[in-house]
Amino acid sequence: MESNRDRVTPLRHSGWRLFARTVMARAYPRLIMNVREKWWVVFDIVLPLVGVCAYVFVYRANHAPADLIGFVIIGGAMSAYWMNVLWAMGNQLFWEKETGNLALYIMAPSSMMAILLGMALGGMVTTTLRAASILVIGSLLFDVRFTIASVPLLAAVFVLALVALYGMGMMFASMFLLLGREGWHLVNLAQEPVFLISGTFFPIRSFNFWVAAGASIVPLTLALDAIRQLSFSTGAELGFLDVRTEVMALAGLGVAFLVAARHLLHQLERLAVAEGRLTESRA
Amino acid sequence: MRALAVETERLGRVYKPRKNDRHDSKSRVALSDVSLIVPRGELFGLLGPNGAGKTTLIKILTTLLAPSSGWAAVEGYDVHREPQFVRPCINMVSGGEASGYGLLTVRENLWMFSQFYGLSSAEANRRIVELLAIVKMSDRMNTKSSQLSTGLRQKMNIARGFLTDPKVLFLDEPTLGLDVEASRDARQYIRRWVDEDSTRTVLLTTHYMVEADELCDRVAIINGGRVLACDTPSNLKRRLQREAIFHLDATPLAAGDVASIAALPGVQKATHHARDGGSSVELILQEERVLGPVISLLESRRIGLVNLTKREPTLEDVFVALVGRSMDEVEHGVES
Repeated sequence: MESNRDRVTPLRHSGWRLFARTVMARAYPRLIMNVREKWWVVFDIVLPLVGVCAYVFVYRANHAPADLIGFVIIGGAMSAYWMNVLWAMGNQLFWEKETGNLALYIMAPSSMMAILLGMALGGMVTTTLRAASILVIGSLLFDVRFTIASVPLLAAVFVLALVALYGMGMMFASMFLLLGREGWHLVNLAQEPVFLISGTFFPIRSFNFWVAAGASIVPLTLALDAIRQLSFSTGAELGFLDVRTEVMALAGLGVAFLVAARHLLHQLERLAVAEGRLTESRA
Repeated sequence: MRALAVETERLGRVYKPRKNDRHDSKSRVALSDVSLIVPRGELFGLLGPNGAGKTTLIKILTTLLAPSSGWAAVEGYDVHREPQFVRPCINMVSGGEASGYGLLTVRENLWMFSQFYGLSSAEANRRIVELLAIVKMSDRMNTKSSQLSTGLRQKMNIARGFLTDPKVLFLDEPTLGLDVEASRDARQYIRRWVDEDSTRTVLLTTHYMVEADELCDRVAIINGGRVLACDTPSNLKRRLQREAIFHLDATPLAAGDVASIAALPGVQKATHHARDGGSSVELILQEERVLGPVISLLESRRIGLVNLTKREPTLEDVFVALVGRSMDEVEHGVES
């Protein structure tokens, strides 16, 4: 049925400008956190470094090649992104729902995709600070020598890895919320096993081909392998696939996860409006 | 005729049981056959007890919930089919909400929400300063919202609602958690905001009778998902002016005494409250002379009359007359 009344012209602010403003605004709380909550230095740098040290000493005790120490440091740095994707992306919409923010996000004229991108952008910048700290401190502590094969390719791998990882995080955000409280358990379940199957602290080639290929669905696996191949003189010998293949695979994963995230967000909003329960909060 | 801000026609919403909920296997009707029209420039109230369907109606109108039946439009746009056109026109504030981020200051939280509506930072900051002055929170502008009391947090939420200068503002129990003075200030500002611009509309839900009476141009009384009456507060109360309404304080009454009073011919409603070692009874009588038999009954049972006052009808009386129970009784599941 159509209303017979005057309609106002409602879109005072729309398009890419609204999208960009929303991304920046939602990224802001994550960026400002670095200044306001200093405990991240202990929890996100010191404690992960302790874990990295344990692996380094195991390798040293077994007289492993020096580059493997660098592999562990790179693994420690990149694992910060995985933790961020799980806890600050996958679990985030559940918390937004509990505080009542999700209803305000859905009701606002901006897109939910912009909200998620803002969360991702804030998470990327914040985590890069942590990852860089782990990398620098770990490298200095254990005298890691890098031999960069190609800076542009290394940069491309890194950027594509972040796009794929955070695309996956955006997909998880909707998926875990649709699953309700079980999402919390999924996050827990995905944390440690991924450190194992992605080869966070050892070359992924240690697994047989099919296990490594299966593990490559997690972008961390291919990202770590490609970064190691491009950063150490023995990296290519211990690599799983050719770097260019890994770059293409990471690009494919990035696109697939972003498309899936968009689809799941659409499903989430449809379900929220149909059933109402996704915007109920306990706050 | 003024253009309409909100329009609903035979609107209904049924909540189906969740698949994995063993304790709740029945569908629940939250809203049934609600038809309302709210012209632009009106401050419209939805008055009803908790669980009456007020929040469900607001959720549908703010595009957060799909209706199961019927149709609704805000500013001429179908809320279900054209939410993308409705959303830029509206904003909502709920009582007791904990939205925003505790890590951010009041100003930062408000700025963040303004960006989701596309306001420039300069415009947002100007409005933030203005609104925080109005809600008397200028000195808290740079306080982290995690450090705010419940009342101050609610004031911040109220400021958030007005920040985007919506065409239609939905206020769901907005004064919940506010002290008396802050509630009065909020009500005054809401009224002023609507009066300043004839294209602005507020739809407010409340279960505070005084709030609805003082503030609203028109009020819909809602219970059990249905609209029972809709008119100006004075017209609603006028409906009861044929009846005589008395407030009676007495020595303690037993349940049987209240039932006997209610059973007297001409007594439409007797609502009992225990108070300070005595009893208070609100009486709605068909006519004043029915009071005689009530007093005789009290005397025959040796119940002392402490105070007897005739008073003007309130919206609470209108609710009692329509539902047969007070709002408190409905909320606590007391049968009439």
